Amino acid sequence: MKDTYDNRTPALSPADDPANAARLRQLWETPPGLRGQLATVDHKIIGIRYLVTAFLFLVLGGLEALMMRLQLAHADQHLLSPAQYNQMFSMHGITMIFLYALPVLSGFSNYLWPLLLGSRDMAFPRLNAFSYWIYLFSGIFIYTSFLAGGGPDSGWFNYVPYTALNYNPGQGIDFYALGMILFGISTTAGSINFIVTVFRTRAPGMSLNRLPILIWGTLTASLGNLLAVPAVSLAFFMLWMDRRIGTRFFDEGGGGDPLLWQHLFWMFGHPWVYAIVLPAMGIVSDGLPTFCRRPLVGYTPVALSTVATMFIGFGVWVHHMFATGLPALSMSFFSAASFIIVIPSAVAVFAWIATIWLGRPVFKVPFLFFASFVLLFVIGGVSGFMTAAVPLDWQLTDTYFIVAHLHYVLLGINVFPVIGGVYFWFPKMTGRLLDERLGRWNFWTLFIGFNLAFFPMHISGLLGMPRRVYTYPAGYGWDTLNFITTLGAFLFAAGVLLFVFNVALSLRRGEIAGPNPWYASTLEWAVSSPPPPYNFAVIPTVASRHPLWETHLPEEGSGRSILDQGAPLAEARETFGVTALDGEPDVILRMPTDSWTPLVMALLLTALGYGALLRNWALCGWVSVGVVGCLLVWLWPPAAPAKTLKYRTMDVRYD
Amino acid sequence: MIDTISFRRNLPVGAVGHRALGWWGMWMLIATEAALFAYLLFSYFYLLSQSQNIGLPATPPSLRLALPNTFILIGSSLILWWGERGMRRGRMMRQLAALGLALALGVIFMAVQGEEWRNKTFSITEHAYGSLYFTVTGFHMLHVLGGALMLAALFVWTALGHFNAERNAPITIGALYWHFVDAVWLTIFGSFYLYPYLL
Repeated sequence: MKDTYDNRTPALSPADDPANAARLRQLWETPPGLRGQLATVDHKIIGIRYLVTAFLFLVLGGLEALMMRLQLAHADQHLLSPAQYNQMFSMHGITMIFLYALPVLSGFSNYLWPLLLGSRDMAFPRLNAFSYWIYLFSGIFIYTSFLAGGGPDSGWFNYVPYTALNYNPGQGIDFYALGMILFGISTTAGSINFIVTVFRTRAPGMSLNRLPILIWGTLTASLGNLLAVPAVSLAFFMLWMDRRIGTRFFDEGGGGDPLLWQHLFWMFGHPWVYAIVLPAMGIVSDGLPTFCRRPLVGYTPVALSTVATMFIGFGVWVHHMFATGLPALSMSFFSAASFIIVIPSAVAVFAWIATIWLGRPVFKVPFLFFASFVLLFVIGGVSGFMTAAVPLDWQLTDTYFIVAHLHYVLLGINVFPVIGGVYFWFPKMTGRLLDERLGRWNFWTLFIGFNLAFFPMHISGLLGMPRRVYTYPAGYGWDTLNFITTLGAFLFAAGVLLFVFNVALSLRRGEIAGPNPWYASTLEWAVSSPPPPYNFAVIPTVASRHPLWETHLPEEGSGRSILDQGAPLAEARETFGVTALDGEPDVILRMPTDSWTPLVMALLLTALGYGALLRNWALCGWVSVGVVGCLLVWLWPPAAPAKTLKYRTMDVRYD
Repeated sequence: MIDTISFRRNLPVGAVGHRALGWWGMWMLIATEAALFAYLLFSYFYLLSQSQNIGLPATPPSLRLALPNTFILIGSSLILWWGERGMRRGRMMRQLAALGLALALGVIFMAVQGEEWRNKTFSITEHAYGSLYFTVTGFHMLHVLGGALMLAALFVWTALGHFNAERNAPITIGALYWHFVDAVWLTIFGSFYLYPYLL
């Protein structure tokens, strides 16, 4: 371990030095085989795992939706019992909103961030592996409720007193409550990792005003999650305590208040809505300009409106509670805030439209997804704006109008950019392009299916059809609308199948992509497809927002990024640490190697979840001891060598 | 904005002081934990203001144990700060002593708080106030326990010679957490012990 701690001036080397590449590969490559896979901390492998796992959950949630749509295709059907239907719509919501929507975006960000930032891995690679494992296990944890007598059945928002023990004696709610605490750990660990990564591990010269918008989106979402997730973890913990320990937080008879649940849930819930759309909007802000052959119009306003949306997003939660009998003053305030939040969203919409307008659009499949996203976002935004008005909300709340609104928002702003993003970055991840012709079929099936399914819901909502009913009588004027919705849902499902088919086909037979098939501008396209385990043979030096377009964009400044030579940092697993704002290197960071501790830690915490579920306190105690032991192994510091005083003489101040 | 960036200069390698990623990570952990306690206190004040009868005892809680205990916790923070100052000048024995002392004070705090719990006339299941009191102080107790384990680990690592005047990021990071746990106690002490005197 000579030279573990020291200081040095990084050597300079050309990017195409084969000896250098060989050394880096040896340092960074995950060994083949199951053991290597389970212990890996490579952000690219973890990112793809996140994407694949989230898609599997999307398919599960989609199957649940299809069962509901079969049930609702005609009036008075009994394919599902009311109890089964309740579990279906609850698990559909839980799966889509928690187990799919954020993790899929974390997948993109995990895969792309170090590549976009010009570094070698996330700030905390082991924490990254851990956040994936605990996410996977939390999803499995919640789904095992079906093996133990039935899933959660009170909606994803899980209102008390529906979920109080005397009205809901099964274990489904406990699975959901404890599973969400595990999931919250995953989200929090991931958020911490993203925030520290963006502030500390970038390429030299990548100042904050040169970050791709995707990074602004995920950074904002992560900051929001950091402050919002504790609310829901706490609420679920209190609910579990009320149910299984006998506390009285939500019990009116004991001096508690069921509305406390709604406050805590939506204090989290609304920022969460922005957390699952802002990174997706970032995907569009970075992807769309590539196909318009020009930089995004209004980089700074879009970046600022991203942050502003989250900021205001913490002050609108009560608009989910207009019908609970709150004072008029409170409703006025939250209604006004809900109107104001439209402004930053509109800034972004106009920026996207202007980018298309002023560019020379190339109508490739990703462009179709990104451009249609703008349209769906506007429709979903307008219906949201409508329900920000208290009187209209009273009319529409708990009807299918809200279901239409939230699906336009969540599918429009999450699923469409995500699928577009896969078409965009698939060549980077696999080295092969997805099939363009199949892609067009894929897009139009999804687009038509989606609108056919969800637009009629606006009307059935306006006609008074309530949410969460397992069936409805004929003759209310809802029959045709529901039948169309069901047709649309199945068409959409066919679109998802086409997508899966395209991925499977193109993995084997897709056109070879090369490093930059779309002539895009950001750093991930500077390396081979798929990228080598160490990402960059030499750490690039960045001088603009569009390192690969500099020669074509005189207005972007005179700076020239340097990609063909730089510091190889090949003495160990290393990357630069930089100052938070300007991106000036101030330390050479040692990155951790592959490790079993993240997986073991996630398994132990999951065991703790089952221990609490079974109220087996001895098990909980022993597992907790294991957790402490695992943390000790994880954090055990390397021994410090005797002489480390040399860098006192260096030219940067050491504090 | 800087147009030209140079990395061609002497840079420290590895985790150093506030440039250590762990230092940043700890601040993030503190931010999310602070939010957790903010939501806990929100629940307390929300139920106090909204609920008809949350079960708040007629007389404000006694400060006989809680006030000295608060000073014990503050004292442990001060000692840790004193140790760190010594460590930066190479006095590792002083740092070792400070870690040991802070740990001992932390354990005393937990013992006194345990006694405080035993003296309460209500239980966690009796009413919302009882649920809140034991849950909030229980959450804090868990954090003190976590902090104490951290101090114990740092004590062992310091004794094993893992740190010196220059390379000591884990101690700085651990101390930061301990200070946070103490700060949280002050908000809890203010909300549960002092605030009822104002009602």
